[in-house]
Amino acid sequence: MSTETQWPLWEVFTQEGDAAPHEHAGSVHAVDAEHAMQNARDIYARRGKVVSLWVVPLDAITASSPGDAGPLFDPGSDKAYRHPQFYKSPRGVKIF
Amino acid sequence: MTVAAAEDPVKLAEFEARLERGETIEPKDWMPEKYRKQLVRMMSQHAHSEVVGMLPEGNWITRAPSLRRKMVLLAKVQDEGGHGLYIYCGTETLGVGREELIEQLLTGKAKYSSIFNYPTLTWADIGVIGWLVDGAAIVNQTMLAKTSYGPYARAMIRICKEENFHKRQGYEICTVMAKGTPAQRAMVQDAVNRWWWPSLMMFGPSDATSPNSAELMRWRVKRETNDALRQRFVNLTIPQAQAIGLSVPDPDLRYNAETENWEFGPIDWSEFQAVIAGNGPCNRERMAARRKAHADGAWVREAAEVHAEKQAARAREHAA
Amino acid sequence: MTEARAQAATAAGVAPSGPTAGVAGNPLFEYLCRLGDDRLVLGHRLSEWAGHAPILEEDIALSNFALDFVGQAAALLKLAGEVEGKGRDEDALAYHRDENEFRNLLLVELPKGDFAFTMVRQYLFDAFDVLALERLVKSKHEVLAGIAAKALKEAKYHVRHSGEWVVRLGDGTEESHRRTQAALDELWSYASEFFLADGVDTAMVAQGIGLDLPSLKAPWEITVRETLTRATLTVPNDPRVVRGGRLGRHSEHLGHMLAEMQILPRSHPGAQW
Repeated sequence: MSTETQWPLWEVFTQEGDAAPHEHAGSVHAVDAEHAMQNARDIYARRGKVVSLWVVPLDAITASSPGDAGPLFDPGSDKAYRHPQFYKSPRGVKIF
Repeated sequence: MTVAAAEDPVKLAEFEARLERGETIEPKDWMPEKYRKQLVRMMSQHAHSEVVGMLPEGNWITRAPSLRRKMVLLAKVQDEGGHGLYIYCGTETLGVGREELIEQLLTGKAKYSSIFNYPTLTWADIGVIGWLVDGAAIVNQTMLAKTSYGPYARAMIRICKEENFHKRQGYEICTVMAKGTPAQRAMVQDAVNRWWWPSLMMFGPSDATSPNSAELMRWRVKRETNDALRQRFVNLTIPQAQAIGLSVPDPDLRYNAETENWEFGPIDWSEFQAVIAGNGPCNRERMAARRKAHADGAWVREAAEVHAEKQAARAREHAA
Repeated sequence: MTEARAQAATAAGVAPSGPTAGVAGNPLFEYLCRLGDDRLVLGHRLSEWAGHAPILEEDIALSNFALDFVGQAAALLKLAGEVEGKGRDEDALAYHRDENEFRNLLLVELPKGDFAFTMVRQYLFDAFDVLALERLVKSKHEVLAGIAAKALKEAKYHVRHSGEWVVRLGDGTEESHRRTQAALDELWSYASEFFLADGVDTAMVAQGIGLDLPSLKAPWEITVRETLTRATLTVPNDPRVVRGGRLGRHSEHLGHMLAEMQILPRSHPGAQW
């Protein structure tokens, strides 16, 4: 009956300070969302700074695979016209 | 060697070129099986060491001599549990569950740092562990923060930040005791005498005899040799000992002005091998304590999971 | 003031001599020791789990609890020492008082038991603690109110964590249910000591410093029974009334705990650590 378990994995994202983005902090093991939230709080928020937490079951995350990196990301790196430096403006004129 | 030869040579060359360029390897990237195995071995060993490391210091939480010291020690032991957790999670990205990793520890299949097989006999041991053992660990972990495997490096960066206070609190305890009563002075010197050589052994065997060193270096899992790290630790520590009037138990210790190194006497590797083989003073107690906590907790882990399943079933029923 | 003291002593039924003679004279000191000792002893018991919990996540959580309680104890005992005015600080009070000078509830000094025992004890205390602290934040004693405000945030998290565990264990497996019910059966009557008020409490209420303990019983029971129902646990019918901790009459367990806790400062008088 007794099966060995360390509980499912959850990924933890913390926001460190007002207006900062949530960033991946690490993982915890927990049996449900509330449990994961508590464990994330006890482990990743024990030194202050954190103002908000997200917990996500590991299997709910879809990650891109390294083989797709070329088609997914390279096309984004050669569109110079998306960057302000691409454009010329008369010397001495303040655009913003 | 034979395993590496069996890998796809094109992929292997590409992998090594990436390392050469200083790139970081992530969980879904292709990696040689041997690299994965070395990482699982090294990372899980590191995680086990953190968790077993809670025991010798935990031995003094209930006897800490002031409320401040009690909180500091508790927070430190807690950090060690947290660090074990971070590194286990990092290891799990390599496709091994924590269940399996813990099983390997409890069956004796996996190793942990031999330093934790020594007893903590007096309160001074708590100071000396923080100062010497954490001091040695920081030297090692600072190097590992630049390791080639992303999840390991990220765990190390977090750990290095958090461990900043561990060494300082240990050195503070030693400083106070070294200036204290004759009994306290004797206690702290005795602790240094007992922990000095085991601390030097923490960096592992000399590179000439270390079976894993060359490969780990080539794949940039490790960035510096055991001997180089050990020397850095000694150079950092000796002035700290002198500053508070403590000595280390090494008659051969001398400063080499040319190399600017504190040269130390020969390490008794037979002791190291004996402790690794399970015959240190506390190997059996440490493993018995881990096995007991694990066995005593089995019904709790199971109950939590069963309760979550019940709740999920109720939610489904409710929705239907 | 003298009158209040006399009142306190009479209402508590405390004779002017005996183990409480030194403290019964200053109800605020007495009161702060009670608050501080509950937290010190409970924090100590929780700290015994470090390195031995059922899973790593919970090891870390229990240490957080222990740290919160020892931190609260340090603040309260420091204040107690200042109020007493005899030059004793929090460490002098923690490490150099004898068993019969400790003022904690008997509930918190019981050995930690299994994880069910620890969590049920914790939940019963946490549910009480939130109610008590919600009142203490309004204390006219500003420093005490400040300590209570900080502690209340901690307590609100504690009760959430321990409450969830009681439900998980009660409504988990057959074994976890059995263990949790056994813990509740053992601990239930100890909770009655939460609500016993004596002259010290009366004096503190009269001065606007303390809280009315008996008034917490009804709201506590409502909260706790709701959780126990979710946990499929049965409230035991135990007629025992547990008391004594507030007057320094303890179980046999506290002496052993203090012997361990106090060993270093007691065996090295005057040493700094």
